[in-house]
Amino acid sequence: MDLIEQNLLREVADLDGLPTGAYNLRENGKTAARNSTANIEIIPKTDKPGIDIRIHPGTRHESVHIPVILSESGLKDLVYNDFYIGEGSDVVIIAGCGISNCGNADSEHDGIHTFYVAKNAKVRYIEKHYGEGEGRGKRLMNPTTIVHLEEGAVMEMETAQIAGVDDTLRITEATLAENATLEIKEKILTTGDQHAESKFTADLNGENSSCNIISHAVARDESRQHFSSVLNGKAACAGHTECDSIIMDHAVVLASPQLCASCQDANLIHEAAIGKIAGEQLIKLMTLGLTEKEAEEQVIAGFLR
Amino acid sequence: MKETALGKRKAAGTVLGCFVLFFQIHKRSIRSNGVNRLLTLQQISYDSEDAKEILHDISLEFQDEFVAITGPNGGGKSTLAKIIAGILKPTAGRIFWDGKDITEMSITDRARMGMSYAFQQPVQFKGLRVRDLLKLAAGKDSTFRDACDVLSEVGLCARDYIDRDLDGSLSGGERKRIEIAMVLARKTRVSVFDEPEAGIDLWSFQNLTRVFEKLQKQLNGCILVISHQERILEIADKILYLKDGHVERYGSRAEILPSLLQSAEHGTCQVMKEKMEGA
Repeated sequence: MDLIEQNLLREVADLDGLPTGAYNLRENGKTAARNSTANIEIIPKTDKPGIDIRIHPGTRHESVHIPVILSESGLKDLVYNDFYIGEGSDVVIIAGCGISNCGNADSEHDGIHTFYVAKNAKVRYIEKHYGEGEGRGKRLMNPTTIVHLEEGAVMEMETAQIAGVDDTLRITEATLAENATLEIKEKILTTGDQHAESKFTADLNGENSSCNIISHAVARDESRQHFSSVLNGKAACAGHTECDSIIMDHAVVLASPQLCASCQDANLIHEAAIGKIAGEQLIKLMTLGLTEKEAEEQVIAGFLR
Repeated sequence: MKETALGKRKAAGTVLGCFVLFFQIHKRSIRSNGVNRLLTLQQISYDSEDAKEILHDISLEFQDEFVAITGPNGGGKSTLAKIIAGILKPTAGRIFWDGKDITEMSITDRARMGMSYAFQQPVQFKGLRVRDLLKLAAGKDSTFRDACDVLSEVGLCARDYIDRDLDGSLSGGERKRIEIAMVLARKTRVSVFDEPEAGIDLWSFQNLTRVFEKLQKQLNGCILVISHQERILEIADKILYLKDGHVERYGSRAEILPSLLQSAEHGTCQVMKEKMEGA
């Protein structure tokens, strides 16, 4: 692994080398390293690119790293990863994709991740997207996450795209059974003429299921963002989405929330806010000795924490 | 005897030393005569955007002392404080800091010169924690001990607060105390507090006045506190009474406070006075 690839790995997975536990490192469209453990099997697919990650029932306090790095310009990578989280398990999955494109051809990674979270299992899923490189070729990422939560299952998902991705379409779809819980925190920063679109759909099918989606986004320069969410309350459930965006310069932000209840005990809420950084926040930080620019960076860093 | 280069340097050093000594003695004598003008406001006026006159021809001098600024609501107290901190620019007049004209100086530059400002309504931030703001206020990587030092001054335990976001999850009183702690962390020559007592909740005035007394003792700087509270006026060196954008009275506490209390009493309406006396 060269220095560029090492840096990508650090950016997307906080790793300085191969992790302990189960992992699958995908590099320029091929598996570069893989490790299964007694409780977590990683099996390559035979019909299409990708892997199956099988986590045995009752597995607790174990983690899986599945980073993807692309350093070849012009590469188009498509991968299908399926996660089977066994009943009663409690695990952390760290995914992420880093693209370094110094060439003139576009590089693209499309990852389709499907989670089957069994009864009373809990999974924390962390996904970071990062791009870099001075070439004219674009860095494109289109992650799709499909989540099936069985009775009492819990998923906490944290996604972040903070720098260097020119175009992204992020799709997240979830179905929730009785007592299942889904928590999503998304952070996005777009700059230059980047474009980002996030689409969330959650079907709250089971009694007492709950879903909370929080998106914090900052759009700078000429960039464009579109957030859309659809919550379908089909039982006595609780659904909440919050889309909070800071708009700067000449950026464009569109928020399209949608709530649909087909049960009178469904409790669905959406909050959306788009606005510039509050002047009083900048003034406060300037009274502490920061310049206006430094104050702006502090506010954004906090907002995207 | 032949004069050596070393000898020349020594002689020059002695002359310089005498000059510095003279300057220090002179400076001390200026201070002891009470003529040391840290902040000078010269004919400051301020009109709002809708051309309403908020401050009219204010000329004042502040030394390294504790000044309570009081007066009826709408009298121009907060506007004056914001003009001093650089948050508002005066429509007319000049401001000097140790003789240097700072009228056109930005908020940032004034803060870096040694000016602190505590807002009447503390600003909220999404994602910025108490720890982050105390670090920015101190201008350095503050340790847990540093945070503990300033937070305990305002009656908050660092362990419970440093990792909290400075947002609506804290009560108004907690945010107000953290606002004061930020000024304490800065340790600047000039500290301006805009109604620090408002919304202080269970934390008592006694603690608040102790904070100001300690700050004055430690920094020996200029503390300007906008307040309506008698307990704060009682510990001030000087009291400035602003009304309708004018300086009505400005002088030592002994000169101003008795007349203020008297007029406050006379200002009470007859019905209320009778009820209070009856109680």
